[in-house]
Amino acid sequence: MEYFLQQLINGLTLGAIYGLIAIGYTMVYGIVGMINFAHGEVYMIGAFVSLITFLVLGIVGITWLPFALVIVLVSAMFFTAFYGWTLERIAYRPLRQSPRLAALISAIGMSIFLQNYVQILQGARVKPLPPILPGGFTVMESETFPVQLSYMQISIIILTVVLMTVFSLVIARTSLGRAQRACQQDIKMAALIGIDVDRTISTTFVMGAMLAAVAGMMVMMYYGVIDFFIGFLAGIKAFTAAVLGGIGSLPGAMLGGILIGLIEVFWSAYFTIEYKDVAAFSILVLVLIFRPTGLLGKPEIEKV
Amino acid sequence: MTVPAAASAGFLVSALKESAFFALIALVLAVPLVGLRTVQEVGGLQIEPRWAWVAIAVGAVFVGRFLLGSLRHLLAMRGPRKERPAVAAALQASLRYLAPLLVVFAVALPFLPIADRYVLDVAILVLTYIMLGWGLNIVVGLAGLLDLGYVAFYAVGAYSYALFALNFGLSFWVCLPIAGLLAACFGVLLGFPVLRLRGDYLAIVTLGFGEMVRIILINWYALTNGPDGLSGIPRPSFFGLPFAFKDPGGETFHSFFEIAYSPGHRVIFLYYLILALALLTNLFTLRIRKLPVGRTWEALREDETACRSLGINPTNTKLTAFAIGAMFAGFAGSFFATRQGFISPESFTFIESAIIVAIVVLGGMGSQIGIVIAAVLLIGGPEFVRELQEFRMLAFGGLMVLIMIWRPRGLLSFREPTLRLHPIPGRGGSPLPPPADSSP
Repeated sequence: MEYFLQQLINGLTLGAIYGLIAIGYTMVYGIVGMINFAHGEVYMIGAFVSLITFLVLGIVGITWLPFALVIVLVSAMFFTAFYGWTLERIAYRPLRQSPRLAALISAIGMSIFLQNYVQILQGARVKPLPPILPGGFTVMESETFPVQLSYMQISIIILTVVLMTVFSLVIARTSLGRAQRACQQDIKMAALIGIDVDRTISTTFVMGAMLAAVAGMMVMMYYGVIDFFIGFLAGIKAFTAAVLGGIGSLPGAMLGGILIGLIEVFWSAYFTIEYKDVAAFSILVLVLIFRPTGLLGKPEIEKV
Repeated sequence: MTVPAAASAGFLVSALKESAFFALIALVLAVPLVGLRTVQEVGGLQIEPRWAWVAIAVGAVFVGRFLLGSLRHLLAMRGPRKERPAVAAALQASLRYLAPLLVVFAVALPFLPIADRYVLDVAILVLTYIMLGWGLNIVVGLAGLLDLGYVAFYAVGAYSYALFALNFGLSFWVCLPIAGLLAACFGVLLGFPVLRLRGDYLAIVTLGFGEMVRIILINWYALTNGPDGLSGIPRPSFFGLPFAFKDPGGETFHSFFEIAYSPGHRVIFLYYLILALALLTNLFTLRIRKLPVGRTWEALREDETACRSLGINPTNTKLTAFAIGAMFAGFAGSFFATRQGFISPESFTFIESAIIVAIVVLGGMGSQIGIVIAAVLLIGGPEFVRELQEFRMLAFGGLMVLIMIWRPRGLLSFREPTLRLHPIPGRGGSPLPPPADSSP
């Protein structure tokens, strides 16, 4: 029981991170109808930017932790947002009218490019970092197994909830959110009634990149080690999460992320840790076969 | 054509403004990742500033953007672009003469004076990728299914040859069809559940499958020897005659033909082997295109809904494409295993799949000659600039993006329709469809 509870906490934390990345996929897919294959790389860049910011803060001498964390958060979101914007501008905007596969290939190219870009600039070796936010509660204790809930996990979950709330409000209440939903429904019609489609799409990429940056920062602090390759697997898993939740649906992305996180953690805990990635991929296949619209997605009707 | 000076000045100002804007963006992008390098020191990670690099990057973006803007401006001033005679179409027309020439060149290559060991090794590598590209072309180019896990079938072929040869002592020639068959079975097995999916979903799922195969290869220690890989895979023999100096069991290649022993014989043999396999793939593709199933693939690629309403079973049709493509990957895989003598899961990463897809797509989906050109450029090119190895993948990714932007349908995407509704006498065709060049 204790073991189960501990895995549940770990799974929720991991799921929150996946969910944040998945939102980027789901929003872009909802509006542009393409898989932003390089989104995992955006997340990786977010992790690197927060690492670098953190080290710079250490040099500058800002050591009061809450303040430092806020600065890292803001800096990661700021710089990564620019990467998201540039990505869309360079690799996707010229291809908006092209065949779907062309955009996907371009996205894959961008993903390879960004991976190697970071590898060359920051080195191929893993970057370890001492724990930034150590400590935690013991939620429950039996003689054999204490259930730990670390401060890091609490902050990850709280931050995710806050971001999700803000984000849902932006989508639901602001004019930007209305424009995004309009584009999602019918991009041509949205353009006809005076919505700046290009700008809306750019903003979508920027928002997705910001959330991915937060996820990157969380991973950097939670696991304490990053390298240039983390974006690939995390990207695929987050995409799986988006599909599982129903691509195009924001609550779906979060739900899918949490489910994938839970599945991965429980699989590692109760079966074999070597095959945890296989588990995630199998889920993706199963979902696509049996429920291609995902848990919360709407069926897509093909019109001729 | 004269241009009013005022317009020119106005352009200059706007171009400079735009370049400055992009340079500013580049500055923001470059500051954290280019400007500050994290280095591992004794006391933990340290930061090492590199502001010169940032300056160079920003300057390069400014100048590059300005030049690009000017170029576009100049092109725009020359009036609407004339419809270029499509290079692709011209090439396609000359292919009738070009293709046999290329084949003759390929056959003669080992005996040309330029062919030393190194050139042949590169040629073998390029031919392997050409064969993989042609195999994948059946799936991507003809059937229009983006398969990002093609390397899984390559791995199946390689491992099945290695395992059969190591455990049962079967020869390469027995294993080759087995490897192809196994890979095809794998294709059916993997394809059956997922081929109902739409294009980009399919791409991600196949990617997932490719990774799954790799993870299984790494972890199934008892069978595959895990990440250590399988070594000591037998090299191919010339129909039973080994390429050795001396064979205790009997004749060797050089003693049978009574020529002097040379270690180069094996390389030449491997070269011809992969050439034959690649040409077989090509021939197969060219022929099957004319069969009903080939035509169905291409029809399915163009419009699945229309095909379905004509009574074509899309899943089965796609499945055949998937299986046949996988089969050729299996052949190529066993060739890879016999050439290397050593295989490990490291050789079958996603990046390999991406390279093969890039070859097919950059060459122009469906174009056989385009694949040859793309393979020579992407595989052969970097081999000769080994010093830039570090930047190879960077350039590779960038090139994929740029070519897609420049020609979203690939370098040589033109193809004469095999059938026309209203043939024009003498030309064998109706007015050509506009060449597939939609770059703005």
